Amino acid sequence: MAELTKTAPASGMENKSPSKGVGANTKHGIMSRRTKGDIIFDTLNTIFMIIFTITILYPLLNMVAVSFNDGLDALKGGITLVPRVFTLKNYETVLGKQNMFTAARVSVLRTVIGTVSSTMVTALLAYILSRKEFLFKKQLSLLYVITMYVNGGLIPVFLVYKNLGLTNSFLVYVLPGLVPAFSMLVLRTYMNGLPDSLAESAMMDGAGHLTIFIKIIFPLCMPVIATVALFTAVGQWNSWFDAMLYNRMNGDLTTLQYELMKLLSSVTNQNSSADTMKNTQATVTPTSIRAAATVITSLPIIILYPFLQRYFVAGLTIGGVKE
Amino acid sequence: MFRDPDFGKKLKNQKSLLLLSIPFVVYVLIFNYVPLFGWIMAFQRYKPRDGLFHSEFIGLENFKFLFRNSDFIMDVRNTLAMGVINLVLGTICPIVFAILLSELRFNLGKRVVQTISYLPHFLSMIILTGIAFDVLSMENGTINNLLLGLGLVDKPVQWLAEPKYFWWIVAFAQRWKETGWDSIIYLAAITSINPDLYEAASIDGAGRLRRIWHITLPGLKPTILILLIMNVGNVLNVGFELQYLLGNDLVRSVSETIDIYVLNYGIGKGNYAIGTAAGIFKSVVSIILIVIANTTAKAMGEESLY
Repeated sequence: MAELTKTAPASGMENKSPSKGVGANTKHGIMSRRTKGDIIFDTLNTIFMIIFTITILYPLLNMVAVSFNDGLDALKGGITLVPRVFTLKNYETVLGKQNMFTAARVSVLRTVIGTVSSTMVTALLAYILSRKEFLFKKQLSLLYVITMYVNGGLIPVFLVYKNLGLTNSFLVYVLPGLVPAFSMLVLRTYMNGLPDSLAESAMMDGAGHLTIFIKIIFPLCMPVIATVALFTAVGQWNSWFDAMLYNRMNGDLTTLQYELMKLLSSVTNQNSSADTMKNTQATVTPTSIRAAATVITSLPIIILYPFLQRYFVAGLTIGGVKE
Repeated sequence: MFRDPDFGKKLKNQKSLLLLSIPFVVYVLIFNYVPLFGWIMAFQRYKPRDGLFHSEFIGLENFKFLFRNSDFIMDVRNTLAMGVINLVLGTICPIVFAILLSELRFNLGKRVVQTISYLPHFLSMIILTGIAFDVLSMENGTINNLLLGLGLVDKPVQWLAEPKYFWWIVAFAQRWKETGWDSIIYLAAITSINPDLYEAASIDGAGRLRRIWHITLPGLKPTILILLIMNVGNVLNVGFELQYLLGNDLVRSVSETIDIYVLNYGIGKGNYAIGTAAGIFKSVVSIILIVIANTTAKAMGEESLY
């Protein structure tokens, strides 16, 4: 089993030293020997990369521009990267809506509570399973690993959650994903790589397992904990289906993604949007409101992105770890 | 073991580990294993009032219903079609992208493109769908503006109302979101190829394309195969969120997948037994696919999952 500490930097994707590079080219690229073919290849390749980058960035930047543009004016079209008639009205409208405010609160709560509880609990399981003396470590691991491949499917799961009283409840955002088997494997791999002497000497001093876990092992695992936590957080923030399936009857438990989804379907019926426009304050349209809501919803991801960048490649490389 | 002088101490430690592990056993049983008993529903004329214990067993009746149901057959076809398209493009695009990126001459450019390429992976399906709606819109959608500007079409195309475009729209949206992310693993594999090989090849006069073909691609082969096997098992799992969000009545015949069928029949119409049966069908086919892929890889003398 590969060790995280070794595999992650070896992938070189974080690229602290440019010499490591992402590809082979840097190692064999010899400037003086560039042939005509090389020049053509490089030119085409550069053009392709520019188009690729524009394809990714343009729709996102356009969305931002529309969100800051007067709604009715935007209907005329032609807005590209800068707003034509600048306004904050779209944001005011979105933030002024009671349901959006509730949704934002629930989204933040589920992300924070869901991530903290899941990471702590999963790390504790990983700790238990990384104890070499634990008699049932194989059996308990297997019990969790199987869940990565087999699940009951939508209907049986739905019925069980319903019977557990998880419908119309905040807990349905937290409990079902509390102990992801994959995160457990990643954490356990890391803990297995820590020296045994740490726990042993603490045990000599009379410390119990919980103390050792909280005071010694957990702090030592911070890099991998950060990776796991960030992945969980993104998953929590982005999920919408659980809100629709389990809590659609309860407006107090709606989430930002679910509210955004409802906005989506209201925009799909563009024909009726002309009517709704007359009723709302002058210049706001469903499209411009949705643009503002989209920007607000993706803001946390964009803010977290530098951190995600730092940790996700490590996480992905451990993905290669096999049981 | 019993002669071990520390035995008492070990037992005590073990006891606390055992106590700590009990909640985890209970949790996984309730949340992951209890739902498996729900599979029994697929073989019953299940009535919520009677529950699993008192509903009448009807053998494979529910499955027979599924295969006589034209909606289900249609949804299986759609799932397979979109799954295969995604499997093919989802394998080729990241490989091509990783190779081209690794051939980029400027390190700064490399890092910038790489950073931007991952970004969509972290955006939600809802946002992806919203972007697709905007870009494909009849009124001022980027694609239509572009095509009109280039004179390729006379009037805006109704992209999301035409069944013939739907699978490709889904495929393109998935690639837009995941190509950069999926390429990470290939980039890592390319980095680990011995640079001497390239050196030797260029001394022998091999051009860029030849080096890619004869060194990079063979070097990627094991990675490609492993990922391919894993993805074959997931062919039926690609279809739910995007299809559900992008789909509408006009394209229903091509947008509905098995998962949406389960949702409509199981949750929407409350027919739990049929929904469960459809879910089981999907799981069984997935398992068969992964076994076939793995056996094929083994027979070809290649690496395999197990």
